Amino acid sequence: MGKPAVIIIGAGPAGVRAAQTVARAGLRPIVIDEAARAGGQIYRRPPENFTRNHAELYGSEAARAQAIHQDFAALEGQIDYRPETLVWNVADGHVWTAKDGETQAIAYDALIICSGASDRVAPVKGWQAAGCYSLGGAQIALKAQGCAIGHQVIFLGSGPLLYLAAAQYVKAGADVAAVLDTSPFWLRVKAAPKLAECPDLLWQGVKLLADLKRAGVPVLTGVEPVEIHGDPQSGVSGVTVRHKGASKHFAGDAVAMGWHVKPEAQLADLARVPFAFDALTRQWLPQSDAQGRAGNKVYLGGDGAKVAGARSAEVTGELAAMAALADLGLSVNAAVDADRRRWLLSEKARYVRFAQGLAQAFPWPHHMVAAIPDEAIVCRCEAVTAATLRASVQSAHAQEANRAKAFSRVGMGRCQGRYCGHASAEIIAAARAVPLEETGRLRGQAPVKPIPVALKRIDL
Amino acid sequence: MTPRFKRLVETDRPAVSLTVDGRAIKALAGDTLMVAMLTHGDALRTSEFASLEPGDGRRAGFCLMSACQDCWVWTADGHRLRACSTPVEEGMAISTSQPEASWASLL
Ligand code: FES
Repeated sequence: MGKPAVIIIGAGPAGVRAAQTVARAGLRPIVIDEAARAGGQIYRRPPENFTRNHAELYGSEAARAQAIHQDFAALEGQIDYRPETLVWNVADGHVWTAKDGETQAIAYDALIICSGASDRVAPVKGWQAAGCYSLGGAQIALKAQGCAIGHQVIFLGSGPLLYLAAAQYVKAGADVAAVLDTSPFWLRVKAAPKLAECPDLLWQGVKLLADLKRAGVPVLTGVEPVEIHGDPQSGVSGVTVRHKGASKHFAGDAVAMGWHVKPEAQLADLARVPFAFDALTRQWLPQSDAQGRAGNKVYLGGDGAKVAGARSAEVTGELAAMAALADLGLSVNAAVDADRRRWLLSEKARYVRFAQGLAQAFPWPHHMVAAIPDEAIVCRCEAVTAATLRASVQSAHAQEANRAKAFSRVGMGRCQGRYCGHASAEIIAAARAVPLEETGRLRGQAPVKPIPVALKRIDL
Repeated sequence: MTPRFKRLVETDRPAVSLTVDGRAIKALAGDTLMVAMLTHGDALRTSEFASLEPGDGRRAGFCLMSACQDCWVWTADGHRLRACSTPVEEGMAISTSQPEASWASLL
């Protein structure tokens, strides 16, 4: 009998640490990643011919980014690395990949899903206009391509990335028109004890705010987005928010919008991992034990399971791999492993408390989402308005997320609900006057991203 | 029309030539198609729902991480490309609308 087949999905901080752990045990894991170069979104690398160094690209996280990149490079020869490869389905103990028009079903004895996260976005009237980008997208433009998303950029949302990305833009010489945070400042003060779990990150946040203010960027907290102005032809022209009872307008040709990130949990869903509702962040999350065991030979690591940031992802990626190895009967040294596991779990606990602090300090603005005007587009893909969604709830008795999706088409478009799913759940819950968790959960569907119809199967 | 994206750093790269709807543009080696197109224009495509919803119109991508699919463009022979994750290549001929008779690539 050959060695067990371990598949790792994703080559961000969690996937890299998982791969390293599995390779160390003498196995040759298959590491499948959609990107061309390892690092994930947070430690994403520009193309080879770019010249900025790690310090310029990753600032205070440069050493961590460098370690991830180097450690992954050192695994060459010990892993079966498949970059630019999409996993579009997980079914019957097989992972289905697509690359260059070819598809393959690969069997696994252990599947470690480190699928990462994408922006959590609240719809704002006018957000379909050209020039609106996700906050993470705005950061990628700069990090991976050396570009700003516009000539005068407005940052709208909440969370540490809002300040980080805006400060990075300022530093690179972009014109930042304003930073507009929906969370009131006092929530940060209240969450300070939890945020103090990672004092250096807390301090960084304070410093970023100071940098922005020094650069003369208006920073408003506790805003309520009213409208992103623009023209269907030429795109964004500005943003209006309500702040302390007054209406404030900022001119700009681009908006970077985001409220933290949320797990890319579609593959975990297809792998039949159970989900549970998380009241603090108001979303359904895939479930596992503390080490990442999710049942049926599936293990979860990193932000793809629960968002706690890149440092936490390194820890949970390693934990998930250790759990997989233990279940395969491949623990090399039980005593050493137990020590290591104990330390990783205590680190994880610290990052989870920090993440809870962030969720309290910079909450998802569910009241604002629920109250979005009827004429606002909720589904960007297919230009479906809040009015259509609300009408489908009332008339068609589509009182559950998947039924409302079928009737209104919200969540049916090209993004498959990634950027409207959380918002439409809030709107449905408000329209029915029921708690959010009663509206159910949009189920993951294969293919998790569009693939060409004509894929050639190459594993037969 | 001002181009949508603004280059800030890493501008010292060799030029790459391509066409967008027949118009010749010069990009830089290592650019994504999205950056190549949006440093010359202000959109990538027009929403197929623009005729139904008056507030909808031209689109320029959204996530830049292969998740939203708002950045689809086409090659002259009807292949759909995701502009945010496709690197430019010398001589590419890109169309911002879907060429006829390529319905097979639409899913
Ligand atoms: S911009 Fe979202 S997939 Fe390209």
